[in-house]
Amino acid sequence: MASGMDKSAEPAKAQEGTFQGFLRATELDTRLLGMIGALILISVCFHLAGIWRTGNGIFLSPRNLWILLVQTSSIAVMTTGMVLIIVMRHIDLSVGSLLGVIAVIMGYAQVYVLGPWLGVGHPAIWILTILIGLSAGALLGGFHGYLIAYAGIPSFIVTLGGLIVWRGAAWAVIRGETVAPMDERFELLGGGPLDASIKATGSWVIGLVVCLVVVLAIYLGRKSRQKFNFPLRPMWAEIFLGGIGCAVTLGTVLLVNSYYFPPKLANEYAERYNIPIPEDGFLLSKGFAIPVLIAAAAAIIMTFVATRTRFGRYVYAIGGNPEAAELAGINTKRITLLMFGIMGVLAAVSACISSARLNAASNALGQFDELYVIAATVIGGTSLAGGVGTIYGAILGALVMQSLQSGMTLLNFDSAYKDMAVGSVLVFAVWLDQLYRRRSN
Amino acid sequence: MTTTMTAQTSLTVEAFSAGRKPLAEMRDISIAFGGIKAVDHASLELYEGEVVALLGHNGAGKSTLIKILSGAYQRDQGEIYINGEKAMIDNPRDAKRYGIETIYQTLALADNVDAAANLFLGREIRTKWGTLDDVAMEAAAREVMGRLNPNFRRFKEPVKKLSGGQRQSVAIARAIHFNANILIMDEPTAALGPQETQQVADLTLQLKKQGIGIFLISHDIHDVFDLADRVAVMKNGRIVGTAKVEDVSKDEVLGMIILGRCPPGAIPGPGALVD
Repeated sequence: MASGMDKSAEPAKAQEGTFQGFLRATELDTRLLGMIGALILISVCFHLAGIWRTGNGIFLSPRNLWILLVQTSSIAVMTTGMVLIIVMRHIDLSVGSLLGVIAVIMGYAQVYVLGPWLGVGHPAIWILTILIGLSAGALLGGFHGYLIAYAGIPSFIVTLGGLIVWRGAAWAVIRGETVAPMDERFELLGGGPLDASIKATGSWVIGLVVCLVVVLAIYLGRKSRQKFNFPLRPMWAEIFLGGIGCAVTLGTVLLVNSYYFPPKLANEYAERYNIPIPEDGFLLSKGFAIPVLIAAAAAIIMTFVATRTRFGRYVYAIGGNPEAAELAGINTKRITLLMFGIMGVLAAVSACISSARLNAASNALGQFDELYVIAATVIGGTSLAGGVGTIYGAILGALVMQSLQSGMTLLNFDSAYKDMAVGSVLVFAVWLDQLYRRRSN
Repeated sequence: MTTTMTAQTSLTVEAFSAGRKPLAEMRDISIAFGGIKAVDHASLELYEGEVVALLGHNGAGKSTLIKILSGAYQRDQGEIYINGEKAMIDNPRDAKRYGIETIYQTLALADNVDAAANLFLGREIRTKWGTLDDVAMEAAAREVMGRLNPNFRRFKEPVKKLSGGQRQSVAIARAIHFNANILIMDEPTAALGPQETQQVADLTLQLKKQGIGIFLISHDIHDVFDLADRVAVMKNGRIVGTAKVEDVSKDEVLGMIILGRCPPGAIPGPGALVD
């Protein structure tokens, strides 16, 4: 078998398609390309279906895509941690309930404790609230991690228990009432108010900084490989990758800047900053919403942790072979504890986004989120067998899920049918992934 | 210095007369798993530049004994001395600090990461910012793999995609890269073809020349007899006996393995059959 393949390797190389050569040179992941292809296909289909049903396509409008990004951010934040949990051969079923209980703790704190104590609208409230939320997340997640790593209870059981316990606790904290409204500054984390997105200039600055970092990273990577005389990517591939990175970034900036505030809010903004309103109306770009920036930051930080730190390396090694990791001297229990603590913190970040977006905290917040987070992670190519998974894949998975949901919403599907479609897509995506893996092995 | 003295007083008469002190000495080691004594009062020493073949049936306790030295298991009883000083070895990290490196039978590789990541697993090179220095690790991996397996090119692929021999080279590279002075090889050639087996044999002799002490564990005497300076045989968790290879024949060693009978050329241990 092997020798047969070796013989055919030579002619195959000679007639290797330009596409294969392109993939090899750029070191792009075919699965990543597949995901992006699927995302584009879904978007275009929904857009065309919209044109067919209503006469005008809404799906690919800046407004819808901007909202889509905001809607995805809470789930996206949690997928960045879920990837690593699943890579370590664990699971966390409790993230939705954690989100709920942390949201009501934060709601309770700002409305009943910090508000009366510091005075409503005090500028320290939102910071203290976030600190309380993040500490609660680290504590609860760390507690799960302790039970899993040191008490030896399977993560499925610990977090299944957590799913039930923390949802109950969320009810108990506020006896089922809905706490509202949130602190004005805290509310910005949800992306709703006028100041909750960074407008055109801020978005361009962020976009340009990202482009600069992409180019710099490619340049420094090439330089250090040159220093050690390692094989290099061809120059055109480097330029192509840098170009794609910058084009996608600037394209996204252009997109979020093409969605404008309603005239009333725009005029309010103009008045506040004494901007003269032109004859034909004042157009104020939304730019990136704060929750989207938070999700992007979470993705960047967690990607850094996963690929550039010892902690991340150990997470993958444990997922690949727990016994080998132990024999290599890795403190696997500590890593497990830490990872669940990080997951708790990420659930707290999502709790900030969700409750701020709703401008209220209720014990039902985040219900079923664990399922969407796990589904997005798995659609994004993370193997439940452990050891394999990427954060960018999971984020794309979250976008795919949210696109399906919002696409069907625009077409006026009943939510029951939406659920059926989303569930089927999950199974279908994993089946496709299995086929892909079998072929590539 | 005083500790060295106490250690020397406890040496076997033969070793003391040779004027050498053991690199590693395991003294009266026992470990039980759920009532079954996997290792029962076993003592064994290893000298500089010496290859000791640890032989026995499957389940004789040889892997277990050696895993106590490499820190994978915690002994119930007994002491370990490294260079004459009492060593505290409670986990694999401790063992590595004493310069004990192990090539496990299962290779113990994380299949989903590449050769360099496996080579440095648990001992990563980091940049001055504390992040992983992948380029430096790859450079070191290329250097050490270049010595072991000059044709190896697949530095970017997860080790699961490598052949059996290539995976073995990664495991060996990991053991020798960190200047081990004691090397444990558990069934190192079990999964290898004849040519690769010869490579491992050559490597063993080369490392021995550098003064490294090597434990070779095998259930097959033919694998190791020509490489070893001494053999130690275990049966039912106990040491049957140890012998210099020139003092015993292969058949006599087989008798030790199968029957537990100690030939005249061997030093009997607690597991020797008493006629």
